[in-house]
Amino acid sequence: MFSIFFRPCGFLALSLTVLLTGCIKKNAGDQTEAANRTELLFGEYGSMTGPESTFGISTHKGIIMAVEEANSTGGVKGKKIRVISYDDQGRPDEAVTTVTKLITQDRVSLILGEVASSRSIAAGAIAQQYKIPMISPSSTNPKVTEIGEYIFRVCFIDPFQGSVMAKFAMESLKYKTAAILRDVKADYSVGLANFFASDFTKRGGTVVADLSYSNGDVDFKAQLTAIKGKKPEVLFIPGYYTEVGLIAKQAKEMNYKGVLLGGDGWDSEKLTEIGGDAIVGGYFSNHYSHEDKNPVVQNFVTRYKSKFGEVPNGLAAMGYDAAIVAIDAAKRSADLSSKGLRDAIANTKNFQGVTGIITINDERNAIKPAVVLKVAGNNLYQYVTTINP
Amino acid sequence: MNKRFFLIAIPVVAALYGLDYFLNEYINEYVVRVIMNCGIACILSMSLNLVNGCAGQFSLGHAGFMAVGAYVAATLTTVFPAGPSFQSHLGVGMAILSGGIAAGLAGYLVGLPSLRLRGDYLAIVTLGFGEIIRIVILNIEAVGGPRGLPGIPRLSSFFWIYVWAAITGLVLFRIIRSSVGRALLSLREDEIAAESMGINTAKYKVQAFVISSFFAGIAGGLFAHYQGFVDPSSFSFNRSVEVVIMVVMGGMGSISGSVIGAIIVTVLPEFLRFLDKFRMVVFPLILIILMLLRPMGLLGHKEIWQLFRFKRSLKKAVA
Repeated sequence: MFSIFFRPCGFLALSLTVLLTGCIKKNAGDQTEAANRTELLFGEYGSMTGPESTFGISTHKGIIMAVEEANSTGGVKGKKIRVISYDDQGRPDEAVTTVTKLITQDRVSLILGEVASSRSIAAGAIAQQYKIPMISPSSTNPKVTEIGEYIFRVCFIDPFQGSVMAKFAMESLKYKTAAILRDVKADYSVGLANFFASDFTKRGGTVVADLSYSNGDVDFKAQLTAIKGKKPEVLFIPGYYTEVGLIAKQAKEMNYKGVLLGGDGWDSEKLTEIGGDAIVGGYFSNHYSHEDKNPVVQNFVTRYKSKFGEVPNGLAAMGYDAAIVAIDAAKRSADLSSKGLRDAIANTKNFQGVTGIITINDERNAIKPAVVLKVAGNNLYQYVTTINP
Repeated sequence: MNKRFFLIAIPVVAALYGLDYFLNEYINEYVVRVIMNCGIACILSMSLNLVNGCAGQFSLGHAGFMAVGAYVAATLTTVFPAGPSFQSHLGVGMAILSGGIAAGLAGYLVGLPSLRLRGDYLAIVTLGFGEIIRIVILNIEAVGGPRGLPGIPRLSSFFWIYVWAAITGLVLFRIIRSSVGRALLSLREDEIAAESMGINTAKYKVQAFVISSFFAGIAGGLFAHYQGFVDPSSFSFNRSVEVVIMVVMGGMGSISGSVIGAIIVTVLPEFLRFLDKFRMVVFPLILIILMLLRPMGLLGHKEIWQLFRFKRSLKKAVA
């Protein structure tokens, strides 16, 4: 009985000892080790594979480019920067595992990621727990930075776009009356609609109608009839491209002449596919446009093109910005401890990024401009202007 | 509950408790996380083995039951906590148990009509169920919909996960060794013959299905409370397939095989992380090679100690 029981036990114990010797815990808060290293370690996690792989790959390219440029000019405080990046397959549980690995095994000083808000929220809790600063390049859900004082982002949060479009409608298009058609089922849409309404009224305009629909609806004629009766000059539809396309089509059928406005939920090649020429002439806000005439953007586009042979999309630009904000903070920080880095990131003011001049506010969100694009034709978008906050 | 049970159970629980302390104090959190992932995967694969391995039915909806357990447990501790006491170990334990019971009920509801189907048809029904659960959760605003449910108290420790894994293993062993287990085996071998021998096939199938989904729900609750965050994409079809892989790789009907399968499927991708993007190419390749070399799974129908005992008696015979 004993021999049967103990033989496998002995074997197990032996293999366990061998396994565990490699993973004895070093004190996670030990910052002297990180400070004494000859290189500065950044961790990155993203969806390099899986259904959203394009998000992760674009962001990764932006980050790599930023780090290479920084290293070619001498790195930070005489240290080269090295990025350790892991694939999370687009799964929140994998994101948590990879971030745990980055912090406790690779012992990175700072973490860059993720694009999707759900994964940033899941993994951000780990970064906050170990007090390692994390910068999300493009998670727009307000909940991400609410996790704690170590979580930052370099993009604006969803509702800000509502204010942007209100300002654009008033100041650039010079319109005074607006109607809103919001998707009540989506936080995103409701947030944008609320901010648009309050800003538009504050600037002296009138919201003549505020109606709603639900994600998945296909018939909007009732709402559009009511809106048409009030004759608004602009119609703000902060929804996603499928419904927006249908709304535009039906509005045109009903001969509504106002201008259509929206947020980055419009940003899809499906928009013009569904909306056809009814959506042409509409405007929507976005994070970045490669057509922006600003020399900073054009310079970035040229460098990116020569390195990767393609035009950088918004995610690449924001990945790049997240990395340069981190590098800039590392240069400014007193020491390279996680506390020092955190404080330096929090103090980022008027920093010139590719997607605009970035200031990190007290809620650890970026205050920065948005671009407005015009739908010019089939899957063709024209840069119109940049709106500052 | 005889004396022998306590003689084994008490040292096991004490050892787990000690190990919990040891891991938290001395071992790197990432490694602890992978070990905990293994524990949850073990519960999932062992419970699925009862249906897929022992009873010979093909269920593809394990992630759906896991989702029910995870969301019910997380809702109890996060959305409607019955006072702060629900955020304690005991409260979370109760919540996880409720999650398991809810998943068991869901298993009953799905199993009753669909277990009259066989083979591929059952696979499609359970697959459909898993997707329905996911889509339903996606549309419930109270639990965050597609954005997921953050802020779940992170209270499932190594200790709790492995206590549940031990309970799962024990219960499944006892079932397989009982008359129910033999009825399930006869179902697997030949359903018509079993029926003609007077075995109520529908009853046994539903029983196995309910027990299996109960433990899947428990695994879900544990998963939610150690992840601290759940969202519907964690319970997609992929996870069901992952569990099926663990079962098939370990050996259909072998509980210890499921444990080994679960450990390999969880740990191997972590070891392959250095391969970067090619990780998910190499990992399936290893699976394919393994299945070609051992089509019956690593252990086949046998348990691991049966293999050892066989070798020993062989040695004796040779000597």
